[in-house]
Amino acid sequence: MSKGVAITGMGIISAIGNNVAENYQSLISETKGISRISKIETTHQNDIMVGEIDYTNQELEDLLGLTPDNNYSRTAFLGAIAAKEALNNANISDINKYKTGLVSATSVGGMDMTEKYYYEYLENKAHRKYIAGHNAGDSSQKIAEQLGIEQSLVTTISTACSSAANAIMLGARLIKSGQLDRVIVGGSDCLSKFTINGFKTLMILSDTYNTPFDDNRKGLNLGEAAAFLVLESDAVVNSENKKVLAYVKGYGNANDAFHQTASSDNGDGATLAMEKALQVANYSPKDIDYINAHGTATGNNDLSEGRAIIRVFGEDVPDFSSTKAYTGHTLAAAGAVEAVYSVLALQNNVIFPNLNFKTQMQEFSITPQLTPKEKPLQTVMSNSFGFGGNCSTVIFSKVG
Amino acid sequence: MKRVYINSVGSISAQKTYENNNFLSEIIEYNDTVIPALDPNYKDYIPPAAARRMAKGIKMSIVASKIALQDAGLEQVDAIITGTGMGCLRDSEKFLSNILDNDEQYLTPTPFIQSTHNTVGGQIALELQCKGYNFTYVHGSSSFESCLIDAKLQLEQNEAQNILVGGVDEIGEHTVKLLKLVDQIKTEPVKSSELLLSNTKGVVFSEGANFFVFSNQQQSSTYAEIVGVNIYNTLPKDGISYTAENFLKDYNLSVDDIDLVVLGNNGDVRYDDYYSTLTSGIFKEILQAYYKHLSGEFHTASSFGFWLAANILKAQSLPDLVKLNDKNISQFKNILLYNQYCGENHSFTLLRKC
Repeated sequence: MSKGVAITGMGIISAIGNNVAENYQSLISETKGISRISKIETTHQNDIMVGEIDYTNQELEDLLGLTPDNNYSRTAFLGAIAAKEALNNANISDINKYKTGLVSATSVGGMDMTEKYYYEYLENKAHRKYIAGHNAGDSSQKIAEQLGIEQSLVTTISTACSSAANAIMLGARLIKSGQLDRVIVGGSDCLSKFTINGFKTLMILSDTYNTPFDDNRKGLNLGEAAAFLVLESDAVVNSENKKVLAYVKGYGNANDAFHQTASSDNGDGATLAMEKALQVANYSPKDIDYINAHGTATGNNDLSEGRAIIRVFGEDVPDFSSTKAYTGHTLAAAGAVEAVYSVLALQNNVIFPNLNFKTQMQEFSITPQLTPKEKPLQTVMSNSFGFGGNCSTVIFSKVG
Repeated sequence: MKRVYINSVGSISAQKTYENNNFLSEIIEYNDTVIPALDPNYKDYIPPAAARRMAKGIKMSIVASKIALQDAGLEQVDAIITGTGMGCLRDSEKFLSNILDNDEQYLTPTPFIQSTHNTVGGQIALELQCKGYNFTYVHGSSSFESCLIDAKLQLEQNEAQNILVGGVDEIGEHTVKLLKLVDQIKTEPVKSSELLLSNTKGVVFSEGANFFVFSNQQQSSTYAEIVGVNIYNTLPKDGISYTAENFLKDYNLSVDDIDLVVLGNNGDVRYDDYYSTLTSGIFKEILQAYYKHLSGEFHTASSFGFWLAANILKAQSLPDLVKLNDKNISQFKNILLYNQYCGENHSFTLLRKC
């Protein structure tokens, strides 16, 4: 199939900015958004660091102009903000002019509210409105409503930390096959006590700033974020004379089939995902100018991913970096956050640095890009890997 | 574009569906508000030591997928696509209550790992050593239909030849309490046979796993062809008929071409009129069936409806107990399924005899 999948708009809210422009400023000025947690009460307050978004739920509610009787989880608030920015950025005023869908990703869903009121629900009516907002699909329903998407394809993907990359992948396939003319794709996850404690039991949370691909890396920082892209068909781009930011050129999904939470030593799933994505794009490895790595800064991920990159690219590993040191690991949103960063890299011909790196890993000799680097970029590969063996790769390019 | 077939089925539900040679020949009548899925003999499919650690959602799914693979005569598939509204709910509840009860101390990772929505898809991949495409959809009552759309796309384009697709959800005790508080689960028991007469709010809640092998190659085990699937985040009540007719038109069919409509009525007095709009309207003269009195309601209950329709097309017979009306039908050719939950996440699915 030769049909192109154009990216015509994007939106993001993360620990390093409330919109695309702010995120870009932070990326090039090497400003990270990692701090002690302030919005969730947890006994782990002093032994973890997180990428938290400044806005309170009340502020997000006001920004969206919602009435106080709403039952939005923070996941839904963040998602709605980022998705609306994407739609604005794509200059879409009449959403129903074309067949438009939404594919969103989340792992937390409405857990932030459930964990607050879990027992209180039984005694007190006040917060019961949030019960219906617990399931993951509810946040996507709300985002669709905010965008004015009606009577259309709206779905939610949850494949842990690869979720949003998979949302982009499905969106691209829906456009290519002609099922939709336009689709908003991305993901949203807020911080929650549930995920903090979950990752804590797996002993993969760092007590300080995360350091991707560093030999002494201590684990990840959790983050919260939402990011969305508007994908449009060639036909819509032509008839609306749309400005195209970049194209979704390739994508690959594979399963490591190794362990429920850990990646295989040699990154079998990651290797397969990258190879499939190259195949779909009809590229060879040398066509990739920059890899935005998953690079969570856990011992396991960075070793497995690094080895997989070497397996795919051999001696000629392109410039690569992880941006997790800026944002923390934003779980189901990560693939969309890093898709926005990949497009920003293409637009500005700049590679964002892998912050906090000090010591070369012993297992291999590849080193991430450590300072902002200006370089003409045609293509960016973005990796996202998750629990359950889920491995996903998306390739973005300047030309369709 | 290639055609897409249902080559096998595997079902764990509140009925004795775990044996494929037995198509609802014996029905269990309940009188309750929550009905658990019947346990198959797990030992026949999963080593007991491994089974003990597994959430019920995982166990049901592994058994249902093994039955489906066996039925299709396959040992491996190219992709695994899972739909679930809530994932392994008991483990989510367990992990959360441990956090709250013990002030974030003494936690173990297993319930957290099993609480992630894609844990079922991941476990099946591990079990089969399947390194192919693996997706999990979590969109309420269109979770399973999202899988159908995805699988159909891949098989039509020949990107895969055999895909394991399933819907799974499990009951969680605390969630049941909460859903009763907000009238999503009935508070008074209802007899299965009287589900649609209850005239009360909420549903009879249940769980289950229905897995299928879809293929772009027809074979002797084939149940039916999947002709079309559409999902809709919203639909106005007065637009249902129009949407149904438009959906059929996409496949050059009209209402008269439909031999049977399989509906997702769940006895919630607030929302069943989405179905009655159709049954007393455009489908008035068409044979009608329902199934949630047998399977109960859960986010992926429509995968049981899909199992039912596939079986009807293969067996060319309709069990009396699922009939909503009576018409003489010489042959079941086209079956249309329609489902929604709480007025949201509607789906139309069209299956055809092979």
